[in-house]
Amino acid sequence: MTPSDAGADAMARAACGGCCTRLAGVGVRLGGRSIIHDVNLHIHCGELTVLIGPNGAGKTTLFRAMLGEAPHTGAVQFYKPGISAPVTPVIGYVPQGLEYDSTAPFTVRDLFAAARQKSPIWLGRSRKAQADARAALKLFAAEHLLREKMGALSGGQLQRVLLALALTPVPDILLLDEPVAGIDPSGVGLFYHMISDLRLQYHISIIMVSHDIVEAARFADRMAFLNRTIVCEGAPADVLSHNAVIETFGHLSAPPAERPHGRCAKCAMEGAL
Amino acid sequence: MNLWHAAIALLPFDWAHYAFMRNALLAIVIISPVLALLGSMIVNKQMAFFSDAIGHATLAGIAIGTLAGLDNPMAVMIGFSCLLAGVITLMRRFGSASTDTVISVTMSFCAALGIVLLSRNGGFTKYSRYLIGDVLSITNGEIVQALIVSALFMAVWLVFFNTIVLVSINHSLARSRRIPIWLVETLFAVITAVIVTVCIPWVGILVISALIVLPAATARNLARSTRQYLFAAACIGIVSGIAGLIASYYWATATGATMVLIAAGFYAVSLVVKAAALR
Repeated sequence: MTPSDAGADAMARAACGGCCTRLAGVGVRLGGRSIIHDVNLHIHCGELTVLIGPNGAGKTTLFRAMLGEAPHTGAVQFYKPGISAPVTPVIGYVPQGLEYDSTAPFTVRDLFAAARQKSPIWLGRSRKAQADARAALKLFAAEHLLREKMGALSGGQLQRVLLALALTPVPDILLLDEPVAGIDPSGVGLFYHMISDLRLQYHISIIMVSHDIVEAARFADRMAFLNRTIVCEGAPADVLSHNAVIETFGHLSAPPAERPHGRCAKCAMEGAL
Repeated sequence: MNLWHAAIALLPFDWAHYAFMRNALLAIVIISPVLALLGSMIVNKQMAFFSDAIGHATLAGIAIGTLAGLDNPMAVMIGFSCLLAGVITLMRRFGSASTDTVISVTMSFCAALGIVLLSRNGGFTKYSRYLIGDVLSITNGEIVQALIVSALFMAVWLVFFNTIVLVSINHSLARSRRIPIWLVETLFAVITAVIVTVCIPWVGILVISALIVLPAATARNLARSTRQYLFAAACIGIVSGIAGLIASYYWATATGATMVLIAAGFYAVSLVVKAAALR
């Protein structure tokens, strides 16, 4: 590999091929009650995994366990190619919403600065944090929101801002907790398209919780049905025709896939080498 | 300190001739921006009730310190408030009751305990100065104490402000950026408890919360970014503090409450300004 190749490789953060997130026997108890148990799941990078399940199935709790926020049993491990021991992944997280009242004088660039710079934001925002914010927002055509108050954003705008934040820095794993809840229906397809593109562009593992099952299935590489534990997982069409899924959600016809399933071009290329 | 007294004494005002007024002015200049900056985050995190509860609960700290035979129960009060802040944070983390309920229960218990202990043999009146505060009796030693606590607060505000902001917005989001959320929550609760407790003898239990919340609430109506918000809150805090002190001198009223009335006046003005800006 020539030095320039190595440089380009680093730029793309090519963790391609063998990186994998492994959940083994993950369980969470809250106040003496078991919320999720024995969750086993392998997630590969460059894949979009859609997590479905009824209300109270423990989807958000599973995310909180992966973030290290909820104490859990079992193991959540991330492996990179060429390294046998698990490493600590960079995680990007897009919450359902934020807890602040909408009148707070807290702008989009304040949010990026608070996340990205060391010096306190009341002393000023660093140029680097500003440039990062601008670049990330540009990916989602949201540059113009930089000076807006967070409370003034629409549901769709807020999700684009939070997604841009989750990608600064580019993570190994991107967790999306019902990202389309606040978006009007016409924007949902567009939003899924953006997510779907990310996986190919940055080659990250994406796990998305969604209630909008049929629409999400069009973009998913894999689906997993969680009801306190993983009941079934696999290709979207297979999961949607599983008995447990039909019992919960009824018969959902698997829609035509929005992209060809399989590895991204970069992986295919590396596989050929 | 001498320089301060010499400089203020040169002012052509009646009140500037009195050492106790110059001391009080110095204390207010030190502490009111700190209360306002703390308030900016208290309002964001909707923790006004918590700061109020810490204030009320100092009654128990005063009682314990007095029973222990101390002339100045401040050390015990601070220790007690920090303990309480820690306990409330733990209950928020692991308990299932709502935060409001948890805070209300602890506050009532501590205030009642303090009143019962202090009112034995009918002696509560001599402690009523803690209820309305007395900044005019502030001593040099207490001013030094205010300086130390303010420096401590500014250190926290410099190092941890960004993480406190992220934690206040969403725990999971903060966690995804490797912030130890409960450590930050505890730190914030403890620094709030220390500031509130130190200010109680000067400002008074009944109005401390207002002095924390009002400058921030006013600044919110005017500011368009976090930076403006904090600077505006600090300025409003310091102006209403000084104006309140001077007004209380001429009106012969309790200083803490007078400062609150002036801060409330600023708040009313900010509402008008905001309404005008929206039109």
